[in-house]
Amino acid sequence: MKIAIIDYGAGNLPSVERAFFHLGVETERVTTPEQIPSAKAIVLPGVGHFAAFVTGLRERNLTAALHAAIDSRVPVLGICLGLQAMFASSEEAPAELGLDLIHQQVKALPKNVKSPHIGWNQVRRLRPGILLERIAEDAYFYFAHSYAAAACEPHTAAVCDHGFPFTAVIEHDNLMAVQFHPEKSGEAGTAILRNFVEWAQ
Amino acid sequence: MTLAHRIIPCLDVDASRVVKGIEFQDLRDMGDPEALASRYNREGADELILLDITASRDGRATFLETVCGVAQRLNIPFTAGGGIRSLEDGRAVLRAGADKVTVNTAAIERPELISKLAAQFGSQAVVLSMDAKRKGARWEIFIRGGSQATGRDAVAWAQEGVARGAGEILLTSIDRDGTCSGFDCELTATIAAGVSVPLIASGGAKKFEDFLDVFGKGGADAALAASIFHSKEQSISALKNYLARQGVPVRLSR
Repeated sequence: MKIAIIDYGAGNLPSVERAFFHLGVETERVTTPEQIPSAKAIVLPGVGHFAAFVTGLRERNLTAALHAAIDSRVPVLGICLGLQAMFASSEEAPAELGLDLIHQQVKALPKNVKSPHIGWNQVRRLRPGILLERIAEDAYFYFAHSYAAAACEPHTAAVCDHGFPFTAVIEHDNLMAVQFHPEKSGEAGTAILRNFVEWAQ
Repeated sequence: MTLAHRIIPCLDVDASRVVKGIEFQDLRDMGDPEALASRYNREGADELILLDITASRDGRATFLETVCGVAQRLNIPFTAGGGIRSLEDGRAVLRAGADKVTVNTAAIERPELISKLAAQFGSQAVVLSMDAKRKGARWEIFIRGGSQATGRDAVAWAQEGVARGAGEILLTSIDRDGTCSGFDCELTATIAAGVSVPLIASGGAKKFEDFLDVFGKGGADAALAASIFHSKEQSISALKNYLARQGVPVRLSR
């Protein structure tokens, strides 16, 4: 199976590609809508600004094709900003519309904690799931973000706490996403990507 | 659920080799960057920092090759920098595979460089590196590898850097660097209390207790060391096990 990685013009694609390569999984960079209908699994990677992400998708005419693939239940994994882009909007760029798969706004981390939330943190599982399967309960993952989404039913499968309990893992139908960077999270992160690949196959 | 304190080995790179030296003198070869990066990745380092200490501009392309090579070996984040003077310099190290870029001298000279990098790549990708030296009851910022005084107060500069978009501060105590007498916890506590972003402490690490102190009374989020790890005088996994026993939240590899 080949993983389609959405290239919206920013984001750290090479490290995500390398992580899949080490798992023996082929990847393909998607820059045009024509590439999406044949995708068996899609990864939405992301670092940077919410506005850059959604405008990057729009300028490449990827938004509608992505919605169509999600509607037809293609497995999708969002990473960091890729998780946030699944929401309706973000305080980072309130005028921009996200993919709106989850009708809620991503919030800035509160002022009483250090922001960005940078470093290794643990997650609390709200229910058994796929991505965290066979990964130790106390495993650490690498986070680097200034915005986060409050936990929401039925999407949030695990939360992390930094100022408030925020969505660390999403699992709902064909939608999966993580707020941390699995490609930068050592062995635990590799296991997340492997779990996604096995489930998507 | 607690954010772990990070242990970060620093690789000073000159002409594709990791070196150790004080103020560019007596450079001693400490090994191959990719081999060291692999070793630290395996031993449980939480992150790496790669600094280009080559004085000449010709060394830039060679450094980018090193960044690229190191990126292939890691599944943890890493920061690259040293001599970053423009948005393009920053873009080049990030394109080569670094997750964050660090700026120092050029940021003092043109603080808008911080804002530009943060606007382009996000605050989480911008580390403001500052070298501070005690001056009476305060600390003064020095540039050009600690050789030139700026008259800038360390707290004020840290706050300006954060306001301009720096997502982390890498703070080196010039007084302690290379002395093996422990981190300057007073300096780190003062800066940590003055800013809202994570702080990486650097300069003076020798013993396990030094790390315990800098995370405790120093208020640091992460601690950096170089030669004690390169020389295998201290192992990262033993250090992290020690910290865990002392009740410090750390990520233990298994």
